[in-house]
Amino acid sequence: MLELLQRLFGRDEADKSKNVAKERLRLVLVQDRCSISPHILEALKEDMIGVISKYLEIDEKGLEVNFNNEDNCLALVASIPIVRMKRTYNENK
Amino acid sequence: MGEVIVITSGKGGVGKTTTVANIGTGLAKEGYSVVLVDTDIGLRNLDVVLGLENRIVYDIVDVANGHCRLKQALIRDKRLESLYLLPAAQTKDKTAVTEEQMKELCQKLKEDFDYVIIDCPAGIEQGFKNAIAGADRAVVVTTPEVAAVRDADRVIGLLEAAGLNEPDLIINRLRPDMVKQGNMMDIDDIIDILAVDLLGVVPEDEMIVISTNKGEPAVLDSRSNAGEAYRNIAKRITGEDIPIMLLEANEGIMALFKRLIGRKK
Repeated sequence: MLELLQRLFGRDEADKSKNVAKERLRLVLVQDRCSISPHILEALKEDMIGVISKYLEIDEKGLEVNFNNEDNCLALVASIPIVRMKRTYNENK
Repeated sequence: MGEVIVITSGKGGVGKTTTVANIGTGLAKEGYSVVLVDTDIGLRNLDVVLGLENRIVYDIVDVANGHCRLKQALIRDKRLESLYLLPAAQTKDKTAVTEEQMKELCQKLKEDFDYVIIDCPAGIEQGFKNAIAGADRAVVVTTPEVAAVRDADRVIGLLEAAGLNEPDLIINRLRPDMVKQGNMMDIDDIIDILAVDLLGVVPEDEMIVISTNKGEPAVLDSRSNAGEAYRNIAKRITGEDIPIMLLEANEGIMALFKRLIGRKK
């Protein structure tokens, strides 16, 4: 009975196939657009090392940078092993 | 000096060739001199859509390789004096022309024509690279489907990487009745996702099939809805400010009746 009423008064939004299409498209484009070239990823890594090294002493070989696509959102995930904290930023200027 | 516009899509079958034929014819009807270039070497179609298939002597590969002069390969349209076609070769493949040759060809053509419209092959390989090599601006055609919009997104990225920034979008084969029911993505949905400027929306129209059967572009038919949309697109390309047609769902008597006695499933 409820189903019949829903049909009569229009179905709920999520049911409409256009919304399914939009959501699928959004997800697939997140993946497509994050296929960043290894060259750019490498350049990004180097820049990150440069910036972080101003503040921290890090293990450059252990640095990992990746894209993570979970729960419908894209994230840049970096694992950066810290060797030592630098006491003050100004000393290294 | 004219302008070179490439019509591309990534995905096949969304209506690139039909769009090229109609925009080109529309521009020529407005009084501009136009040449349509078919770069889909090996799968030439634009000649058939324009009804010029029986007039081909030389093609784009002959011109690129110097087997004939450019003027010899250009075919004049049956209906409009200022419209010309440079056909693709049917027997060669996409590597028969280089990007350099395409740039040179476009340069020459835009000296003589107001608009050079390039019909790009589907895909993103060499044929695509050739087609966009000499272009000043790009138009991306898509349909309101997941696969077509996805490919359009990829192509927009590649166009921008090649220096063809801010391509315009044409949404083809929109069905207002399905949009109204919530069963087809709407203009705003697609523009929102692709983040580009909209050049026009062409409704699904049986007249396109009929006009393609006859080899007469729908833009010349005043009764065709799609033709009307293409006429507007042609005018927008020339810089006229024409609002996007608001497509009303054309429901017909039966649908109206069904709605009165109860909602359709």
